[in-house]
Amino acid sequence: MKLEVDIEKSFPDFKLKVAFSVGKDTMGILGSSGAGKSMTLRCIAGLERPSCGYIALNDRVLFDSQKNINVPSRNRKISLLFQHYALFPHMTVRENVEFGLQGLPENEKKARVSEKLSMVELTGFEYRYPHQLSGGQKQRVALARALAGNPDALLLDEPFSALDSYLRNNMEKQLIKSLSEYHGVSIVVTHNLEEAYSICHNLVILDRGKKITEGYKENVFQYPPTLAAAQLTGCKNLSKAKKAGENAIEAIEWGCILKTRQAMPEGLSYVGIRSHHLDFLKDNSRENTFLCHVIKTKEMQHITTVYIEIDKNCLSRQLLQVELLKEKWDRIKDSSSPLFIHLDPEKLFLTCE
Amino acid sequence: MSVPMDFSPLWISLITAITATFITFFLGLGAAHFMYTYHGRMKVWIDGILILPMVLPPTVIGFVLLVLLGKNGPVGQLLWKLGITIIFSWPAAVIASTIVAFPMMYKTSLAALEQIDKDILDAARTLGSSEWRIFWKIAVPLSWPGIVAGTILSFARAIGEFGATLMIAGNIPGKTQTIPMAIYFAVEGGEIKRGLIWVAMIIAIALMAVLGLRVWSKNRLSVFYCMGDK
Repeated sequence: MKLEVDIEKSFPDFKLKVAFSVGKDTMGILGSSGAGKSMTLRCIAGLERPSCGYIALNDRVLFDSQKNINVPSRNRKISLLFQHYALFPHMTVRENVEFGLQGLPENEKKARVSEKLSMVELTGFEYRYPHQLSGGQKQRVALARALAGNPDALLLDEPFSALDSYLRNNMEKQLIKSLSEYHGVSIVVTHNLEEAYSICHNLVILDRGKKITEGYKENVFQYPPTLAAAQLTGCKNLSKAKKAGENAIEAIEWGCILKTRQAMPEGLSYVGIRSHHLDFLKDNSRENTFLCHVIKTKEMQHITTVYIEIDKNCLSRQLLQVELLKEKWDRIKDSSSPLFIHLDPEKLFLTCE
Repeated sequence: MSVPMDFSPLWISLITAITATFITFFLGLGAAHFMYTYHGRMKVWIDGILILPMVLPPTVIGFVLLVLLGKNGPVGQLLWKLGITIIFSWPAAVIASTIVAFPMMYKTSLAALEQIDKDILDAARTLGSSEWRIFWKIAVPLSWPGIVAGTILSFARAIGEFGATLMIAGNIPGKTQTIPMAIYFAVEGGEIKRGLIWVAMIIAIALMAVLGLRVWSKNRLSVFYCMGDK
């Protein structure tokens, strides 16, 4: 099982250039809107023709601009799950799921439909029409329909963006289960970090049509190589930085000198740390620990975000955001001793522009 | 009334309009499908030519057809060699009605096709469907209300056709004389009463077509419209 993609697509004001390969583990494409995520999927599915490049699935060449190969969508055996489900509104659930099964004998069709509907827990809904279903049910029908023909690859375009958060959670669980039972290549496109992290194994990050990083999700989140990658992976604490010694950097916007463990990258320009990796301490006996002042706090259901500053005199001051459990913050804020912030050198990452 | 009423214009009108509507249904739908999938540079031009019969005076259509199909015209000569004369025959009336009704069918069904959510068609493509199957199984059912409206408009236009028909089919009683023709010549001959009967008849037919559409749409379209989710 292997999907290889190396394509370019040019528009008057936008250029998409991506290359990656996907194996048996689910791949996530993460990027802000307009980064070219959906376009990438549409090219793989054969709904758009890339300007040039190469697409191959399990050694079957689907697109090759040099050899002038462009297999039409209907022969690619690639299913695409659309953001707004794209169910056929004039057909019943059963007819929808059956649509991609032409050529199979009637009894086999029937068996396949009931198998897929039971997979998405919609047995008994065969004769409903899409307008009689809820959003989550529609999405599940769409998933059953996409998987009914046993495609070689399954592409999911923002699968949960039209669902509310409760349904999203349920659907996520169901999708993870379905994907684990599915033996083809799968790609999920999303702009939602948690979604990408919980569903996918590997990640590709796209920014303005270009791939900026790819790899195992933990590594991508731990060491985003560029500022854009750091922002797209949800890092809220980023400061301009410059070298200040052998294993030290100056975080210009936080106003402190920090020890680091990571090798100094070529063209270092930013340092970052995730808000849940910051820790409050009672003294500064450990390295990278600084006296800090609380500027404001923001309370969520279970998490409190504390905005702090380290050096009041820092010119281009940027507040650090610390996220911690509400109970923990309640304990800390009641003690009268001065507060110190610890920036774990293991958790700091250095990136380029 | 001195001369007994001859009802042949009614039958000729109905049969001509039904035949023309039948032909224009497929021609218009085919043209709409072609234009829906065609994205070339000529799109604006082709579209302009296809709706020309709607914006030109019917006499111009009649003139062009006369030149094409007449004994000295390119098509007419070819048919002449095969022993067929089109001009001043019933088929000429059908041709004239088909051409003036065509833009109604074409424009209305194209507008209906363009309303379809593109993702739905793309979904069908990724599920292994041929373009032909997608058109008949997805696109036509989903734009059915618009296609029916286009068909009824085409019928209305075809049954009311006068100018082009008069020019290429003439006014031959029992052969090419349709109701609009009968009205014109009745009034011209001073037979106002006879004209009035035909006017009443054509109003009745037009009303039936429009009311039929309403009743049909109440029973069918309401179900249809609530199916479209998004």
